[in-house]
Amino acid sequence: MDDLLREFLTETNESLDTVDNQLVRFEQDPNNAKILDNIFRLVHTIKGTCGFLGLPRLEALAHAAETLMGKFRDGMPVTGEAVTLILSTIDRLKEILGQLEATEAEPPGVDDDLIGQLELLSEGGGAAAEVAAAVPDVAEAPDVAPEMMDEMPAEIVAEAAPVAEAAAPSTEGTLVPQVLERALRPGEVSLDELERAFRETEMEVAAPALAPDSAPVRLEIVKDEAAKPAKKDKAEGKAAAKPKKAASDNEPAAEGDKIANQSIRVNVDTLEHLMTMVSELVLTRNQLLEISRRHEDNEFKVPLQRLSTVTAELQDGVMKTRMQPIGNAWQKLPRIVRDLAAELGKHIELEMHGADTELDRQVLDLIKDPLTHMVRNSADHGLETTADRVRAGKPEQGTIRLSAYHEGGHIVICIADNGRGLDTERIKAKAVANGLVTEADVERMSENQIHKFIFAPGFSTAAAVTSVSGRGVGMDVVRTNIDQIGGTIDIKSVAGEGTSITIKIPLTLAIVSALIVEAAGNRFAIPQLAVVELVRAHANSEHRIERIKDTPVLRLRNKLLPLMHLRSLLKIDGGTEAEPENGFIVVTQVGNQTFGIVVDGVFHTEEIVVKPMSTKLRHINMFSGNTILGDGAVIMIVDPNGIAQALGTSVSSQHDIADEAAAARASGTEQRTSLLVFRAGSAQPKAVPLSLVTRLEEIDADKIELSNGRHMVQYRDQLMPLVTMEGVSVSSSGTQPILVFADEERAMGLVVDEIVDIVEEHLHIEVGSSREGILGSAVIKGAATEVIDVGHFLPMAFADWFKRKEMKAALGAQSVLLVDDSAFFRNMLGPVLKAAGYKVRLASTAQEGLGLLRAGQEFDAILTDIEMPDMNGFEFAETIRADQKLAATPIIGLSSLVNPAAIERGRQAGFHDYVAKFDRPGLIAALKEQTSHHMHEAA
Amino acid sequence: MSNAISTVASKTTATSDGAITEYVTAMIGGQLFGLPIARVQDVFMPDRLTMVPLAPPDVAGVLNLRGRIVTAIDMRTRLGLPKADDDKPPMAMGVEMRGESYGLLIDQIGEVLKLPDDSRETNPVNLDPRMATMASGVHRLNGQLMVVLDVDKVLELPSTAQAA
Repeated sequence: MDDLLREFLTETNESLDTVDNQLVRFEQDPNNAKILDNIFRLVHTIKGTCGFLGLPRLEALAHAAETLMGKFRDGMPVTGEAVTLILSTIDRLKEILGQLEATEAEPPGVDDDLIGQLELLSEGGGAAAEVAAAVPDVAEAPDVAPEMMDEMPAEIVAEAAPVAEAAAPSTEGTLVPQVLERALRPGEVSLDELERAFRETEMEVAAPALAPDSAPVRLEIVKDEAAKPAKKDKAEGKAAAKPKKAASDNEPAAEGDKIANQSIRVNVDTLEHLMTMVSELVLTRNQLLEISRRHEDNEFKVPLQRLSTVTAELQDGVMKTRMQPIGNAWQKLPRIVRDLAAELGKHIELEMHGADTELDRQVLDLIKDPLTHMVRNSADHGLETTADRVRAGKPEQGTIRLSAYHEGGHIVICIADNGRGLDTERIKAKAVANGLVTEADVERMSENQIHKFIFAPGFSTAAAVTSVSGRGVGMDVVRTNIDQIGGTIDIKSVAGEGTSITIKIPLTLAIVSALIVEAAGNRFAIPQLAVVELVRAHANSEHRIERIKDTPVLRLRNKLLPLMHLRSLLKIDGGTEAEPENGFIVVTQVGNQTFGIVVDGVFHTEEIVVKPMSTKLRHINMFSGNTILGDGAVIMIVDPNGIAQALGTSVSSQHDIADEAAAARASGTEQRTSLLVFRAGSAQPKAVPLSLVTRLEEIDADKIELSNGRHMVQYRDQLMPLVTMEGVSVSSSGTQPILVFADEERAMGLVVDEIVDIVEEHLHIEVGSSREGILGSAVIKGAATEVIDVGHFLPMAFADWFKRKEMKAALGAQSVLLVDDSAFFRNMLGPVLKAAGYKVRLASTAQEGLGLLRAGQEFDAILTDIEMPDMNGFEFAETIRADQKLAATPIIGLSSLVNPAAIERGRQAGFHDYVAKFDRPGLIAALKEQTSHHMHEAA
Repeated sequence: MSNAISTVASKTTATSDGAITEYVTAMIGGQLFGLPIARVQDVFMPDRLTMVPLAPPDVAGVLNLRGRIVTAIDMRTRLGLPKADDDKPPMAMGVEMRGESYGLLIDQIGEVLKLPDDSRETNPVNLDPRMATMASGVHRLNGQLMVVLDVDKVLELPSTAQAA
């Protein structure tokens, strides 16, 4: 194919994609002249180039579209109909281009239908005669041009370029084409005038001989004529760059245009080859380093260090050439969403964040289709129809939010919609019907686990979620694609609130960072992407491998982690049954599965070049490839997906563990609570959050008095009642330890036998209690511990502990909704709030809270925990803020983690205030402030 | 072996007009085999063979040959011959199939023989069936027989389902 034609096709296709995109934006924002200018320029360039190359069909179409857009610019109102028409014109253009690519000739045919409609619309806006008249003139250009191309002296191009570049900075990039045509129309500066010039010069250029004398730049006619193709060539070479440069100059809020103005096109194969060579270089470098490591202080050390640095930089550089903004994969989405919205009669807004996040083009290619599929799914099945949305009390317009960002060596892409969410019941039914799970099992599964079935093979989301037919690929295909590139996919859905799918993929496939481990004398590489942490297991240490029957498990932060010995997994233990009790556990995460791979040793991490497995070995799904290490040895790369499969269903029942482990990791130390551990009554330890305890005291036994049948002690000039727990007797000699709980002017003492310890633990009450005064049991420091309910003991000291304040505030008793997933905090904060005079309604999940709110219950304030499963506090707040009826209710976030970032995040989500969980005075103060505001506003 | 060479020399001259194939010969489990020289890329001492867990028994492992990852095929196992009982390190013949490199592990490399195609005889009917699938004929040399190996057949490992 002719180079020129090929160039034209690539450029034009790119431009058309941009136009697609920009048009959709323009439709939403018809007053944005900049977008229109941008579109106009692109279409104009296409038109011009077509004319130049002698492609009348394309040219006529582009021209008609351009004319219509010209009308828009002159103030004609932008209608959806007109935009649709232009979009279909663009589709037609693409179609013709496709055939042009295949046959190298413009296919025969007429486009009068579209052109007629376009003209009809244009005429509605004013006379298009003058521009239309230009067409025959332009048609002349091709006659002159082609032969010119071949002969075009290089210096013309060279000459033209500096002029353009010199001129560009001073008068905004738009001037680039203008400079070349200055001979004809000098002295025009303003953008609008330039545009007009742009349109009009077309016909004049076609007849350059007519105006050579007016040329202020002394070019000979021949040169002048040559300059036209030069300009065309340049226009092509920089077609994308030129208008975009203008765009970025004019619009600081970048218009999604990513192509730098200093760029060249390089064949992908060339880059691939370069990448392969760099991979080899990295390997050789690693080998050299390995050799050098073995021979201390040799003279190669320094140059080798230099080589190493340069190689690393080269690797970086080459990688960079392969990087493309993810926006490229998103480019077609606005159009798809727009069309779907029109087709389905929904209002859909597509938000895109982080389009400039870059990733390897190979990866990009692989995720393009899954992304499109998922966005389509969201638009089609996820979002409800407008009527349904209104009925559900949601804003008419549904939103699909695409976001991408870097995290470590990965890129995280999130597709979220605020639609109806997945239909858990239907998925359940379908999963059972498909034999994926038994009915008994499915009942025990969490929603989140059930939702994951949509990734199962043959589980079409369309069939499962709605009756609307699917569009070919199902989510299993999406998952397969993501798996292929070593990525993970996760789904979160809340009925009525929406669905979000999170994809985590490596930045690049060719070179990955891997952990080199040893098992039974063999070395293996485990991709770092999957590795969460390393734990050293030792028979006598805190982390030791335990067994449930024959299954090895590890207790990690009080969760059971299923373990797999790599040596037995790979059957390299020489048939011996005994698995070592000591070793390293590589805690690995695949999707939502977390498990431990037990290895004998861990060496180091290394950047490895992934080489595909031999076809003879590709069936072994434990390995994803092999690599050559620095010392020249070949080792296998363990595929965490394969291991996860080997774990099979035994792990799927452990999903919750994985989820919680992930949540614990995500929240870091956030969920750790300081607990006071003590003994009272029984040998079993008891605990109470330290923050609730005012003081710890040891009181001389002889100071304890018995008054009115109750133990009292004089404490800080007051009589403090002592409360004993069941089975605790007040000692009559020595000292008596008591826990003092004080609130404003009152204090009570809880008599205990012994104060044991203060520990930092994740407080997770696993077993509830029916006994009074005990909230339930939790594992604290490896021992089952009863957590006491302070709220039960307070009234024992002062029967009116809670009531007195309620009385005080009874007149205007305000109601508060408290949302917290932890029963402990609900039970703890409930009394505190009651004590402060509020009517409290408790909800254990955000959904429950929303249910109460939607059901019409009115609250003066909402208190919510941040870290909650399914829907966290931020999302909860955002949902409330989005609801008009509820938007005014103050929301106070409760978290043990109060730092500026969290506060800022909370503020964005719509929190009015943000209080530490155990900061009772702070909480009450915040509540008072917020509710008084609220009252005030309401009044 | 010197006997064989002289035989070849005489045979080559005798049938100068017939098609001649050059063979690289190798001893595997006491039997002489020949591979068409055009298929043999190189002969090397396999160094630092990495065992591949869960691999079919025919695959001895993988190794790094000048930056390429080569899959080593244990020819004794492949041909159904008993395992070597001496500690002599094996040698390998590098062959290629569909862009992938393989190393065929053999006991010892022999001479290169030029043999006329018309003196090649078909496999004896009672040849070990396993060997028969990979052999494309037999040459009678002076004092011994050389089984001609078909490289493509050799690399056609039993289906993965079986192997796994």
